[in-house]
Amino acid sequence: MEQIPNVPKEKFKFVHDENNAEQEKIGTPSLTYLQDVRRRLFSNKVAVVCLTLLSIIVLISLFAPLVAPHNPNAQQVILSNLPPKLGNLNIPGFNGYQNMGGHMVDAYKQAGAPKGTYYLLGTDYLGRDLLSRIIYGTRLSLIVAVLATMVDLIIGVPYGIVSGWKGGRTDTIMQRIVEIVSSVPNLIVVILMMIILKPGLGSIVIAIAITGWVTMARLIRAQTFQLKEQEYVLAARTLGESSTKIATKHLIPNLSSTIIIQTMFTIPNAIFFEAFLSFIGIGIPAPNASLGTLLSDGQKAFRFLPYQMWAPAIILSIIMIATNLLGDGLRDAFDPQSDD
Amino acid sequence: MTKYILKRIFYLFLTLFIIATLTFFLMKLLPGTPFSNQNRMSPDQLKIVKAQYGLDQSVFVQYVRYMGGLLQGNLGTSFQFNNEPVTALIGQRLAPSMQIGAQAMVVGTVLGILLGAVAAIRKNTWVDTLATFISILGLSIPSFVLAVLLQFYLAYKWHIYPVALWDNFQSSVLPTLALAALPLGNVARFMRTEMVDVMSSDYIELAKSKGNSAWKVVTKHALRNSLIPVVTIIGPMAVSVMTGSMVVENIFSIPGIGEQFVKSITTNDYPTIMGLTIFYSFLLVVIILIVDILYGFIDPRIRLGNGGKE
Repeated sequence: MEQIPNVPKEKFKFVHDENNAEQEKIGTPSLTYLQDVRRRLFSNKVAVVCLTLLSIIVLISLFAPLVAPHNPNAQQVILSNLPPKLGNLNIPGFNGYQNMGGHMVDAYKQAGAPKGTYYLLGTDYLGRDLLSRIIYGTRLSLIVAVLATMVDLIIGVPYGIVSGWKGGRTDTIMQRIVEIVSSVPNLIVVILMMIILKPGLGSIVIAIAITGWVTMARLIRAQTFQLKEQEYVLAARTLGESSTKIATKHLIPNLSSTIIIQTMFTIPNAIFFEAFLSFIGIGIPAPNASLGTLLSDGQKAFRFLPYQMWAPAIILSIIMIATNLLGDGLRDAFDPQSDD
Repeated sequence: MTKYILKRIFYLFLTLFIIATLTFFLMKLLPGTPFSNQNRMSPDQLKIVKAQYGLDQSVFVQYVRYMGGLLQGNLGTSFQFNNEPVTALIGQRLAPSMQIGAQAMVVGTVLGILLGAVAAIRKNTWVDTLATFISILGLSIPSFVLAVLLQFYLAYKWHIYPVALWDNFQSSVLPTLALAALPLGNVARFMRTEMVDVMSSDYIELAKSKGNSAWKVVTKHALRNSLIPVVTIIGPMAVSVMTGSMVVENIFSIPGIGEQFVKSITTNDYPTIMGLTIFYSFLLVVIILIVDILYGFIDPRIRLGNGGKE
């Protein structure tokens, strides 16, 4: 046997010390699930545009009292039905001129408006500033939508979890109830509720939420069915966790993507219902404005004063489109396999 | 299969019974009476009128009477609208609503299928983007907004169609278009997702590799298989068209049941509201049942294995 020569320590050297470290280094920071979702969401241009638009709209309606140029309910009958005017800029359609008997007439001069008064989006039939009404109307519509969605969550999520978790007989009975509630067209239930309750914000929220929770409950139930077969749930059960704790600690965090996505689809729905109810005259009572009442007022005068309809119609459509697209974006971000 | 259908029909009646009961008691909770406008009536006259409609009896007797009448297909008599039976009111007004609804469903579904299919075949091109954009617009813009815009431009400004009239086919075009947008958007989206799935499946690869033309692959294999799931969303779509028709009928002054419903709400006409609610629900449950059963027949892979539901 050959003796291993006694090599002094100093002769040993790491081969490619620096290079090795370089190779083994993790180049990109490892991302948590949420960070990954955010990255995917922000790489989706459409979703980012929608998110920005919605944020602007939400911010404006949050700070409505600061942003709105006039009091939305202040009436000035002499200055009624004035067309939009953008200061002294002479942009066709926004210069305060109106077609009267074939001639373009300065409606502001005709109404005897003091010099320097102008309304960005014109005034309505009672001389109320349309822009301020739209800002406040959007605010009210968004409040209705957010509240209705919250009630949806509060009823739908626990209902779905209980139904899916318990299974068996409880589930059958709970699903029957869901089936019955969902078999009446929601709009009819909403209308019936609106007839019974006093008109107002609370009634609209209740009326919308009373049928709205069903979809959420169904989705949550289906998801809970899958989740409850997971090993970590089994582990929690084996360790003797109570059902409530499993639901809050294990189920809800794993259901959060479903909840967020569904919420993004509930919001436009609630906005639609509010607008619909106000449009047919059983929604938000006067003098408060919501997008629905503004649309309905605008529709009455649409033939002669189309600007009164355009502005609320555009805002309503933008909100609806943006929430729908953002919902799509979120779904793709949370579950990249869902679409192509 | 027969057992399943019978079971579903039993539940259908149970659902309708519950809906009818709920509607009845909800209506009893309503504030005001339908006669509160006629303030010239003396208390005696009011009594006679109430007795005529059976409103002097206890709520329970009224309920039993109402349910008894319901079994015989009697939805009660309208308080307003010349004391006509509600069934007669529905009968007179059913045709326009059905016509518009059916036209909207057909136009929406057919265009939606085409749009979705084109988007899927030309996936990730500008055609796809445009189709997706159109379907999002259709899904997002409320039908009443669309109805008013159509009325303003196509009827009032350009005189292509009548503004608000109900006589011939011409007058049904605008309401149909306004209502068709939602099913169009829905179907197109659904169709695109399905078709993208199908186009990447093995049997499409096989069909292509056998040398079939692209046209044949699409029409013979892809389209057919993507169409099956689309059947499932017909039910919910019919509902949205029905509800949309309420306000669209109002905008275009069409003498349909939707317009009637809105009118009966503003006049506190309980029997009509109740009758129409039950009628709408009946239509809805029947449509959903038919769709579910049809689905089982169309797609042999499903055959209602787990009750046809998730």
